[in-house]
Amino acid sequence: MDTEKQAIIKKLVDDVGTEDLVVVIGAADPEVAQVTAETVTFGDPSFAGPLAGVSLRLPVYHILEPEVKEAVPQDMYQEQAGFMELVANTQEIGKIFKEIRDRIRET
Amino acid sequence: MYDPVIKACSHVLIHVPGFVRYGSKPSREIEDSPTSLLPTIEAHLRTFEQAVEYPPNQVFIGNLHPDHLNSIEQPWYRHPVANASRCGPYGEIMPEEEFLGLMKLADDFDLMWLDKEAMPMLKEALQSHSLWKNTDLGKLDTAVENTRIRDRIQNDGSIPLYHRGCIVGCMHRHHEKDDALKAAVLMENLMAKTSGALALAHLLQNADIRADEVDLILNCSEEAVGDRYNRGGGGLAKAIGEMCRCVFATGCDIKAFCVGPIYALVQAVGLVKSGLFKRIVVVGGGSLAKLGMKFRGHLAKDMPILEDVLGGLAFLVVVNDGESPLIRLDSFGKHDIGSGSSQQSIMESLVVKPLHRMGKKITDVDRYAVELQNPEVTVSAGSGNVPLTNYRMIGALAVLGGEIQSGEIDRFVLEHGMPGFSPTQGHIPAAVPFLGHAIDAIKRGEIKNAMFVARGSLFLGRMTQLSDGLSFLIEKNPGKKSGGD
Repeated sequence: MDTEKQAIIKKLVDDVGTEDLVVVIGAADPEVAQVTAETVTFGDPSFAGPLAGVSLRLPVYHILEPEVKEAVPQDMYQEQAGFMELVANTQEIGKIFKEIRDRIRET
Repeated sequence: MYDPVIKACSHVLIHVPGFVRYGSKPSREIEDSPTSLLPTIEAHLRTFEQAVEYPPNQVFIGNLHPDHLNSIEQPWYRHPVANASRCGPYGEIMPEEEFLGLMKLADDFDLMWLDKEAMPMLKEALQSHSLWKNTDLGKLDTAVENTRIRDRIQNDGSIPLYHRGCIVGCMHRHHEKDDALKAAVLMENLMAKTSGALALAHLLQNADIRADEVDLILNCSEEAVGDRYNRGGGGLAKAIGEMCRCVFATGCDIKAFCVGPIYALVQAVGLVKSGLFKRIVVVGGGSLAKLGMKFRGHLAKDMPILEDVLGGLAFLVVVNDGESPLIRLDSFGKHDIGSGSSQQSIMESLVVKPLHRMGKKITDVDRYAVELQNPEVTVSAGSGNVPLTNYRMIGALAVLGGEIQSGEIDRFVLEHGMPGFSPTQGHIPAAVPFLGHAIDAIKRGEIKNAMFVARGSLFLGRMTQLSDGLSFLIEKNPGKKSGGD
């Protein structure tokens, strides 16, 4: 996750707090999605960006998870994300994100 | 009619471990913690032999086919190619000592000083190179004392040049207050010029034509040559052509982020088709800024820093020679400003629309070349497997078009795609590193066509939120020569 996006997330947290904030990630590549999710929950693993050592513990979801899909108008979802459902390995992504959310709850 | 073909190509790599510290990412981070980081970076640099033996690099210069990477266990850096050669059918992998000498040959403003003690070694290295041994190497005799080099580094904003850990020279600024002419920028530009010239020299040899037969050069490198009044003004095409003695050519620079090479090829094709020019070279030199871009990820996994090479590409577009694959003029796909930004609409614009125009299906194209970044470089740094995602998108379009079932996407990727093998040098991975392989495979009758799909991130320049993309298809030449030559 590049430092600029990390800075945006950090500023949002500074402005509105973590309570009502959920991060939705769209990367189709499971590894990219995982690194991004871990950065906004447990901090920047490369220790290079604004989230280095900052554990925000924000709840993270992927745009291709059913919880998000249900919350978006179906026509819009189909237009913007329907194609990526075909491209991405949604099962693997779902598993990764559930695991990360479980880790947030446990720690 | 003047039907255009891509007659020849060259793909070169230059191994420059001494310059990794000057890549944009490493230089910024070294500045923050110089004592701890620089030694760690240096400990993770590869030798020239390791860079030559690295399987993706062997694919890049044409000694291995991209499919061969599917049979080599990853990580590829742990599975070197036995008896690997630095030379291949499309170009070479040049070592740093030769490149330093070549940079001095490219230097027309005494921007670069080389150390008197290092000079004999650098000159000897270049003298033994088949493409440069007959060139006037007089510039290499103007070496200076080490004390003068150190003085300029300490007092005048010059940047030290390293080779095997020793200072072998320096780059000067050419104006005290002009950011466009500071040493770091001039070094970046000179490296793009030099690597572009190396690619062009190989192209002329591969195409077996004289330098004075070229009449137009289009440079698609990612540098920004200019001064404070016209940053990015251009001129590198002619600078590269001059170095290779293309005395009857003119030229200009084409800028389009990573899609630059495809835009340049499209323009070359149009200009040959119109009859305005007969032999057009598209050339792109390497990008210093991108060296070590993902080094953090590589260090975190205790891997060698794989972004230690500059890339260079060159292509020759001429009228139909009756042999080389034809560029289908009705095959160009473009991402219009109003096309929409979803991944689906981008890929439909670049793949489906042009194929429909030609009356073809997605599965009618034997091979697709997409952004061909080496995944070993990017996955380890959390940036994903770029070519694989692009191939899966094309496969998904085939599913939507009813050509294949969703469960067949993996097979589609294996049969119509390839593993990425290009260094992450911006414009260099833009589909075109497969051109050499594609031209040869079409000529041998192994495939009938190949489609090249490149995408760019215009938003990086902060002037628009748009993405970009361009595509084209080449196919077997039926053998009829067109007139006009």
